[in-house]
Amino acid sequence: MNVLIVSALWGVLMMFTGAFLKSNATVRFLAITGMLALVVVNILEMKGIHLVDFNIKDMMEFDRTSLLFIAVATISSLIYLLLSAADMERVGKYYSEYFALLFFIICGITLTSSFRSLLVLFLGIEIISIPLYILTGSDKRNLKSNEAALKYFLLGSFSTGLMLMGITLIYGTIGSFDTLMISKPTEGGPTSVLLIAGMLLLMFSMAFKASVAPFHFWTPDVYDGAPTVFTSFMATVVKAAVFIAFIRLFSDAFGNIQPQWQLFVAILTVATLFIGNITAVFQQSVKRMLAYSSIAQAGFMMLSLYSMNGDAKEGLMLYVAAYSLATIGIFAVLIKMSDYTFHGFNGFAKQQPLLAATTTIFLLSLAGIPLTGGFIAKFYMLKAALGTGQHLWLVIFAVLMAAVSVYYYFRVIQAMYFKESEIQAIAFHISPAFKWTLVILAGLVILLGVFPELLLNYYYF
Amino acid sequence: MIAFLLILVPLVTGLAAFFLKNEKTAKTWSLLAALATLAIAVAGLTLYKDAQYLEFNAAWMSTLGSSFAIKVDGMGQVVCLLNAVAYPVVFLATWKTHYNKAKNFYGLMLLAQAGMMGVFLSMDALLFYFFWELALVPMYFLCSIWGGERRIRITFKFFIYTFLGSILMLVGILYVYAKSPMHSFSINSFYHNGLSFPEQQVVFWLMFAAFAIKMPIFPFHTWQPDTYEQAPTATTMILSGVMVKMGVFGLLRWLLPVVPVAAFQWGDVVTSMAVIGMIYASLIAIRQDDLKRLVAYSSIAHMGLMAAAIFSENTSSVQGVMIQMFNHGINIIGLWIVVEIIERQFGTRKISQLGGLAQKAPAMAMFLVVVALANLALPLTNAFPGEFLMFNGIFNSMVTQYNIVFTVLAGTTIILAAVYTLNMIRKVFYGATNELTNAAVDISRNEKLALALIVVLIFWMGVYPQSLLNITQETTDLILRKADVLPLLKK
Repeated sequence: MNVLIVSALWGVLMMFTGAFLKSNATVRFLAITGMLALVVVNILEMKGIHLVDFNIKDMMEFDRTSLLFIAVATISSLIYLLLSAADMERVGKYYSEYFALLFFIICGITLTSSFRSLLVLFLGIEIISIPLYILTGSDKRNLKSNEAALKYFLLGSFSTGLMLMGITLIYGTIGSFDTLMISKPTEGGPTSVLLIAGMLLLMFSMAFKASVAPFHFWTPDVYDGAPTVFTSFMATVVKAAVFIAFIRLFSDAFGNIQPQWQLFVAILTVATLFIGNITAVFQQSVKRMLAYSSIAQAGFMMLSLYSMNGDAKEGLMLYVAAYSLATIGIFAVLIKMSDYTFHGFNGFAKQQPLLAATTTIFLLSLAGIPLTGGFIAKFYMLKAALGTGQHLWLVIFAVLMAAVSVYYYFRVIQAMYFKESEIQAIAFHISPAFKWTLVILAGLVILLGVFPELLLNYYYF
Repeated sequence: MIAFLLILVPLVTGLAAFFLKNEKTAKTWSLLAALATLAIAVAGLTLYKDAQYLEFNAAWMSTLGSSFAIKVDGMGQVVCLLNAVAYPVVFLATWKTHYNKAKNFYGLMLLAQAGMMGVFLSMDALLFYFFWELALVPMYFLCSIWGGERRIRITFKFFIYTFLGSILMLVGILYVYAKSPMHSFSINSFYHNGLSFPEQQVVFWLMFAAFAIKMPIFPFHTWQPDTYEQAPTATTMILSGVMVKMGVFGLLRWLLPVVPVAAFQWGDVVTSMAVIGMIYASLIAIRQDDLKRLVAYSSIAHMGLMAAAIFSENTSSVQGVMIQMFNHGINIIGLWIVVEIIERQFGTRKISQLGGLAQKAPAMAMFLVVVALANLALPLTNAFPGEFLMFNGIFNSMVTQYNIVFTVLAGTTIILAAVYTLNMIRKVFYGATNELTNAAVDISRNEKLALALIVVLIFWMGVYPQSLLNITQETTDLILRKADVLPLLKK
């Protein structure tokens, strides 16, 4: 609740700073302070201190999962701002508006991670999506950016339509938007066809937002076309939020009819893993590779939806944290590069040993090598999926695809360490603060891999 | 404490090596570190061999049912000793080899040692997996940065191959964990897992994939000759001398006792694969002109024999494997040292371009002949008791009906090994010198020291193998007791 209020207010505040503040540095400082404030007020709420208290009439519920995820999201966003806020200056001249939109997205994320009514879910998804359409097209003179924004907007509004349709059908059957009510009447007698249809429509639209195959077609183009600073945010915090909403929706509202959709989710998982990983192998641009990698990682996250047990929920939290942190780190480095292809990374280790070392840690985490957060996250997913006791082939398929993923992540490492190049890979200024933030981020990734309890303990204590 | 130090010392010294300044300091530093590890390993064998020193437990990831449990048992003693002996020898022997950014090279080498120590000491399946992967990552960088011409592609294949194997093993581990009543990753829980027969089969193949790729067993060996050839020789020594033992070790500790019924059922298949691989690799070795590839294929043949012996499941064969893990490591490192010296001096490894070296470098020739004869398992050398025990075990195996066939076929490789090894000695060291080998000089003091150490070990283990056999007896009995399925099947 704290974050919801503060982020909305701060977003409005950021909009006005553009009119009154001349210096970009002040705007940036204000934005980072705001994000820090969000982290703090969320921690306060985790400790039981509420800034405001009013009746939300069971529309939302701030339970441990949602507070923990908001913590992950705000901390990731804070690191993201620390690393990349300065690079937003290069996108266009409406510097303060970009921050305002980011705060609105955080506001939407608080809604989607704590909804109990489908209306709030819908509101949250829209509050996330609309600023994203704008950010995607924020590089106004770039045709690719324009194309990406239009494509994203058209397809995104289509999927929103599907979601509304689904909610309507469910409301028609149950007579309520409340997830608790939805899960109630189906106990016992046969499940209503309308409810199933509504659930499928919701699944499709959420799958679209989470770029799960076969609804992923917008992802590579949009991620590639959008300014890289915003791709970083979209592919990490936003994607994580959608997944948390996805699992929240399906465990709360449709958890009791899991057998009816489990196989369906398994098929989506296989398709996502296959398409994401295999296509990523053939990419020449690291940015596009990361877009496909985000699809591939979504496939792994789908395993939590498939298994839907205790491990799955904890694992998903770890997964989104590990994935977001590592991807933010890689993008932060990528933004500074002059050439986005794999060749652009040639000789990087010689020129920038520290950046190369941290990037390697992030890549190892994404590939799921032990001692990194990525490993323990994948580990939880596999454990959860095996815990269901069926469909062993799904798990084996997932690990085969994980082995494929090593191929494209390690291509970057190969370029950095084993190939030489005379051309300076870094095109923009690297400040010491940037380096230190990256080192801390890499430290977090490793800390998460060695002591995952640090994050998960909040579930229990 | 000993167990913990065995991992900690190489880990810390390895990390510290990255911050050293020049090549000379890095070499001295890493040699001292390796000697310290050796001292700890020897202390664990002699002075501090009570259980309190050899065990170490700490809480770690308790919510997952895992813990940081390490222990040096009999089998662990032997492989840790191998790991600890190998490093100083390798560092001494390659003292003169120059590396770009030597500090990183030595740092990564020591990190790999820490990873392998962890593999040999883990008493927790998850911890085992952790170290298993951690040993691999430094190897990837070592081979890719300091290797030969085709290093990047070849190493990549090696990495993806082994990564695939290990991640399948992870699924196997998780599968046992999910089904076992204790819901823990501890070795105790794995040894009392209560899996049904069909479930054991699934786990068997998932875990076998990792070990078979690592060893390697035919037909999973395709990464091996290329990688050995392309890796920098010091890394190849560690890779072939110590790291492939992780596969053998894994079979003995984490496969045979965990899924005994499946191991019994598939034993014949695995043994057949191993025997085919032995003959196949030996035949290829005969045709090799490159010294490194020759040793690589000979190694496949030797590892195949160990695999066959493990699945014979009796005291003689398993004890043979235990000491052969140590002996094969020592012998192959000796062979690599000679190959390394030749390559550094003449810039070639082609047998056809060499000849008459014995006239110019008598000391080197003498050492090589001893090591080569040990590779052939001549009596009095260390490999003889090991191979004898293994053949004896395969011949008397109670778990297969084809023991005679396997023994005869595997036995032919002894002859084939003699063919390629003696042929190599003849062509490289005897005959007339050519213009390349005319300028040959004999080996230096450091190299003599390293080779002398190896020769001492060869004769010691050849004359008195009991010193190792005594240590491993207890572990062997434990493994065989766990692996014994005949009473289970009668029920």
